[in-house]
Amino acid sequence: MRSCFLLCGVLACTPLFAQDTKKEIQKYQQMIADGSPVELFELEGEALWKKAQGPKNVSLEKCDLGQGAGVLKGAYARLPRYFKDADRVMDLETRLLHCMTTLQGRSREEATKRVFGNENQPSEMEVLSAYVAAESRGAKLAAGTSHPREKEAYELGKALFFHRAGGWDMSCASCHGEEGKRIRMQDLPVLSKREFARPIMATWPAYRVSNSQFKTMQWRINDCYRQMRYPEPSFASDATIALNTFLTVTAAGEPYRGPGTKR
Amino acid sequence: MAGPMKMRATLAGGNTAAVHTEIRVLMTHPMTTAQMKEGLHHIQNVVVKQNGKVVVEAEISQAVSRNPVFSFRLKGGAKGDKIEVSWLDNKGESNKIETAVA
Repeated sequence: MRSCFLLCGVLACTPLFAQDTKKEIQKYQQMIADGSPVELFELEGEALWKKAQGPKNVSLEKCDLGQGAGVLKGAYARLPRYFKDADRVMDLETRLLHCMTTLQGRSREEATKRVFGNENQPSEMEVLSAYVAAESRGAKLAAGTSHPREKEAYELGKALFFHRAGGWDMSCASCHGEEGKRIRMQDLPVLSKREFARPIMATWPAYRVSNSQFKTMQWRINDCYRQMRYPEPSFASDATIALNTFLTVTAAGEPYRGPGTKR
Repeated sequence: MAGPMKMRATLAGGNTAAVHTEIRVLMTHPMTTAQMKEGLHHIQNVVVKQNGKVVVEAEISQAVSRNPVFSFRLKGGAKGDKIEVSWLDNKGESNKIETAVA
């Protein structure tokens, strides 16, 4: 096979190689998904969900993620959505933070002290996200789109996606706005288009093999802003929730199959 | 405290002569090497028991990844067999998990 490639002209070979590379990457993705430690994070998250904590010494088991107190089945797939009790559109981590401050009586400062963990110690948000998201496997992504505040969040997210700013005058669309682009081996999905947003949003939050960490959607957006050299967005801010809303609504209808495993 | 483990054990091969037990087990462990600032900390021994009898004894080095997954294939076996997998690391910490073959 190898010698055959050497015989044919460079131009003729290029599409063949490109296809081969794509196939090899797919094979690699299958291999890392099989035996992914995602399940370990789910177990840790389940234990933390049921652990009594905070001044009120209660667990998160009564936390209402939009489908009723303590209902986890399919709850993640229907976020972000508008919550009347908080008068705000919330994504998963924002809602978890809400439950930590209301149910468990913890202060916002204490609960957000360590929202992004490291390889030695994942954060509470990370393991809880793994557990809650896993309970939506198979459910179709259906972020809220009917409430005026949800519509507002979607429009704000869309505007932010295309808004250029920061030291390098970049927007999300600078990298995620054109088809066929990649950074090294990583394809850059055009996240404003349905067919690209669907497989991505259906597999976040996710475990990253390259640094052995479980990453949440809030982290993903935060890190994109870091890479664009913006000031760091606040955790669970309206801007990050709006972007998440825009992306999830764009991906609507895709069956959730995360938490995923990424390179 | 040792983090969670997860295991799946299934009977494969149907009623043929090639019937075997497939075990897949995930372990939470930092698996740091001597070159890392955390220092050498790795799983040293893995033991698989089938109905209380040791069937696999493995020595594991620092070369294995963090949060490793192992799979074993045992000859024969039956549904309901008790499979126990345990590990011991170089600091004396250990953990184990038990499941019945499905």
